[in-house]
Amino acid sequence: MTGTILISVYVFVLAMFVGFEVITKVPPTLHTPLMSGSNAISGISIVGALVIAGMGQGTIFDIIGMVAVIAATLNVVGGFMVTDRMLQMFRRDTDTN
Amino acid sequence: METRVLIMQLAYLVSAVLFITGLKRLSHPDTARGGNRLAAIGMLLAIVATLVGEQILTWQWIIGGLLIGTVVGGFMARFVKMTAMPQMVGLFNGFGGLASGLVAAAEFLRYSMGVAGTAEVPVDASISIMLGTLIGAVTFSGSLVAFGKLQGIVTEKAVRYPAQQFLNAVLFLGILAVMAYLVVMTPDAIVGSDTGTVNIIYYALWGAAMLLGVLLVIPIGGADMPVVVSLLNSYSGLAASAAGFVLNNNALIISGALVGASGLILTRIMCKAMNRSLANVIFGSFGQVAGKELVKGEKRTMADVNDVQADDVAMLLAYAKQVVIVPGYGLAVAQAQHKLRELCDNLESRGVNVKYVVHPVAGRMPGHMNVLLAEANVPYNQLYEPEDVNPDIANVDACLVVGANDVVNPAARDEPASDLYGMPIIEVDRAKHTVVMKRSLNPGFAGLDNELFYLRNTMMLFGDAADSIGRILEEVKQL
Repeated sequence: MTGTILISVYVFVLAMFVGFEVITKVPPTLHTPLMSGSNAISGISIVGALVIAGMGQGTIFDIIGMVAVIAATLNVVGGFMVTDRMLQMFRRDTDTN
Repeated sequence: METRVLIMQLAYLVSAVLFITGLKRLSHPDTARGGNRLAAIGMLLAIVATLVGEQILTWQWIIGGLLIGTVVGGFMARFVKMTAMPQMVGLFNGFGGLASGLVAAAEFLRYSMGVAGTAEVPVDASISIMLGTLIGAVTFSGSLVAFGKLQGIVTEKAVRYPAQQFLNAVLFLGILAVMAYLVVMTPDAIVGSDTGTVNIIYYALWGAAMLLGVLLVIPIGGADMPVVVSLLNSYSGLAASAAGFVLNNNALIISGALVGASGLILTRIMCKAMNRSLANVIFGSFGQVAGKELVKGEKRTMADVNDVQADDVAMLLAYAKQVVIVPGYGLAVAQAQHKLRELCDNLESRGVNVKYVVHPVAGRMPGHMNVLLAEANVPYNQLYEPEDVNPDIANVDACLVVGANDVVNPAARDEPASDLYGMPIIEVDRAKHTVVMKRSLNPGFAGLDNELFYLRNTMMLFGDAADSIGRILEEVKQL
């Protein structure tokens, strides 16, 4: 078990570095969409929520599972959709003049 | 490893790759929309893989939860006003934190109620559960408070009371002590003697962690909201990572770490834009020092101000060569961004060169003003950052400051005693002329007076920004 947690810590630390490398130098124009988009990605805990909601271990787990699924789905669906809505408003060239 | 578990794990890997590629593309304007879609596909893949690969025994809660979440989330995303974006992102952050915390809670109860199938809780699992609970609960309640502040349900002012930090520290240490106790105690509980008590202590831990989230956000004032929203964004990622440690699931660990990193980067950018350390934002008492003392003694009044009308401003703008627009949150509050764009289009058709200069902390979350201007159809290549314009600002004929205050306060450059000192500003006071559109002489978010308003080359145009811009536009059309 100690080996597993160690690998997890490795994965976590390396992924943080990947995150820093990938995301540095974001133009300010994209700060809000980046935040709402990454926010949607943090809804990945939906994976855990689905397992709880589906394991059929009793009422308490059903309730916790369903609330978690609702919360995570809201986060995921709302986050990706609103990011898309914002990004479609961004355009480069002016058609005035 | 069973084949379908193997497939699930590989699908998670593909999801993680899609998230990384998606985030990479999200940080470039031309590819951002595709990047977001890529990340969404990654998420869909992870969900399908889980439903196929895990032993799902009951479907009704899953289907019900997915349906409710999709309908409500979709509805919110479709109809939220762009001005309300910060509170909605804050709310979504909170839901993400709640989901992660609940994953940890379910895992705790599986052990404590003896349905986990093992007679012993491994220490690392136990620690992960405690961390997941703490981060998830703090993110949840903290985000709700941030949402309340941004929505105007909770006061936007910094709520402070004596010994605040001391009490927070005590609460935090208490939480750590309970967590340590539960890590040590849970294995005994499984043996069967005292499950109920252990569960009650665990629920109390949830309550205390949520209280901590509230207390951490409540002392932070409206001006600092961009930092808090970024930080909570980072927390929601870390909460997902913690849930990944709980479930021993690399997809969660990786995705959470990516979000944690991106939130931290944005937090750092915001702090830099205000020239403050993160500790200062969280613990500092910004704007509490009376700003008036800075303005060399006497209290300024309307008599010291160069008060102008719309036609004066129209004349100035229409015959200028170079105009710089400084939009602030007040512009969005007045819903004047569409009118402003109309005015700028008209000026450009007269041969005036118009630049919008957006300060990184304009608005209530990072990049908020850019979104609001994009909504008003301002192309993003017309938006500039302060450092693009400041070097040549002395050659600018007219700066139009709409609903911005602290980001154009010269005290940030000149007054070492000011709370704003060191914050990068847009140096409109150095331009040939500056027009400030404001409702009144009231100080900005930071609660500090602004010397700019009393300068010789500054004109003040009082009134509602949308009305004023509309009147300027009418006047310009007649010139």
